[in-house]
Amino acid sequence: MQAVLNLDIGYLGLCALSVIGAIAYGLLIGGIIRKVMARIQSRIGPPVWQPYLDVAKLFFQRTSIRHGMMFYLAPVFRTVGGIGIYLLIPIVAGMPGLAGFSFNGDVLLVIYFMFFGCLGMALGAGESGHPHAIIAVSRGLSQMSSYELPFSLALIALVAQVGTFSIGGIIEAQAGGIGNWYLFMNPLAGIAGLLSFLGMQMYSPFNIVLAPQEIPIGPPTEYNSTFLGLMMSGRAIFGVAKSALFMNLFLGGATSIPEAMIKIFVVYMWAVFVGAVFPRFRAEQSVRFFLRWPTWFGLAGIALAMLMKHLAS
Amino acid sequence: MKDEKIRRVPERIEPAPPDVLKDRAYDPVPASPRREVDPYCYLGATEVQQPLAYREALATIRNWCRANSLWVMAYGTGCGAIELRPLMTSRFDMARFGMAPRPTPRQSNVLIIGGYLSLKTLKRVIRAYEQMPAPKWVVGLGSCTINGGMYWDSYYTINKLDLYLPVDVYISGCMPRPEALIAGFQELMKKIKQGEANGWNEYLENIDDYKINQKRVIGDWRMPDYNW
Ligand code: SF4
Repeated sequence: MQAVLNLDIGYLGLCALSVIGAIAYGLLIGGIIRKVMARIQSRIGPPVWQPYLDVAKLFFQRTSIRHGMMFYLAPVFRTVGGIGIYLLIPIVAGMPGLAGFSFNGDVLLVIYFMFFGCLGMALGAGESGHPHAIIAVSRGLSQMSSYELPFSLALIALVAQVGTFSIGGIIEAQAGGIGNWYLFMNPLAGIAGLLSFLGMQMYSPFNIVLAPQEIPIGPPTEYNSTFLGLMMSGRAIFGVAKSALFMNLFLGGATSIPEAMIKIFVVYMWAVFVGAVFPRFRAEQSVRFFLRWPTWFGLAGIALAMLMKHLAS
Repeated sequence: MKDEKIRRVPERIEPAPPDVLKDRAYDPVPASPRREVDPYCYLGATEVQQPLAYREALATIRNWCRANSLWVMAYGTGCGAIELRPLMTSRFDMARFGMAPRPTPRQSNVLIIGGYLSLKTLKRVIRAYEQMPAPKWVVGLGSCTINGGMYWDSYYTINKLDLYLPVDVYISGCMPRPEALIAGFQELMKKIKQGEANGWNEYLENIDDYKINQKRVIGDWRMPDYNW
């Protein structure tokens, strides 16, 4: 809370810079992913800077179609949700602009913000009136509530073990070498977190929301021009923020910018490589998946955390 | 029922009266990168007072971005569309030119007409074209879109696509190989970069003529005059 109270212009400027940097990095990762996927499919693939061109092109377009208020606000909600969680999460501990507005209880707020972006998206897509968008939204919300269960279980295990609700505190508790990373300290909860992260990133087995070729492109079916550009930037920063959250919770945070970049990239790629191997689930398969193994792992993780705490005391 | 269809044929094959159809292939509208008339594109505020050099530089950047990020809606109307699949997949891989398939007209910039167009499909194609936001281009695939090809005297296909939609690039052949498609798209990119691919402006400038043509062949025009 200290940082929030002591705001000054310079600090805000640094935060804005870091947001822009995160969007740029998210788009770059998007380009690298396209290249990697192309190589996996033995194609040459687009250049890595392709997402920048796409976003620029979209921002050079204008539209005058009227759909209603929520339609315009949805990309804003999504982007704001992304920026919100990005600013709350400490990317590099102790570095101004990247340290995040961390305080006790921010884990809960971050989870809420994640939902907020998707909810805004759902309202906007509903107002666009396209049937595919509505199908996708109902799929997305059911998938989201199913992967949040194992994720919350993993988080409960983590919080019970560490004894704090602040991301900063969780990072501090994992300091001192790879062995202290939560992924290795409590591997069961770590696995639950890893699996629910797949659902969060919505790459291949779980891309039932965008579902190319199935429900053409899901919620953004009616979105075009600047709205879509904003949405792509929002998606970029959302991806970075989610990976950073995962990095902080399970991989011990980062102490320098290159370390943060590498860890975020690795976390991102975990979802991409799984996606390269597995074809898409149907909607109900995806929901069932999260309610089975990841949930069991999460429960076992809580038991393990309790046991370790009991043994330590 | 049958008579009705037969009666429509000579009407369609006859060359149209010269005041209705402008032969736009020989009389191109002078192209300029700064001109954008489109109901989608209200650039009023920015277009008012800015130095020409600035606007030209902006147009160059804009056209370069557009040319290198073509989002394609492949409307596979005819058999020629089969060659779009190798173009999209590993063998010819159009992604390396920054092109990506898009499933919705709202997000696409290029409408590929993949071959012959029946009148029924033409109606849908017109809707899809008019729903695309402003910088949009049409690529006609195969000789069917140029002059009717082997469907020249078919009773239910159009012969010249250019009379109904403003085609920017034709790719000839029956059917054109993916290499030809790549060459065609590179031609389109070149035209976009030079600010010459202004088909969508022509469409709006001559919208009345286009509408006359379209309504002449589409018997059951039960939709708004302009769909967006
Ligand atoms: S040009 Fe040839 S390949 Fe193409 S649609 Fe016509 S008949 Fe088919």
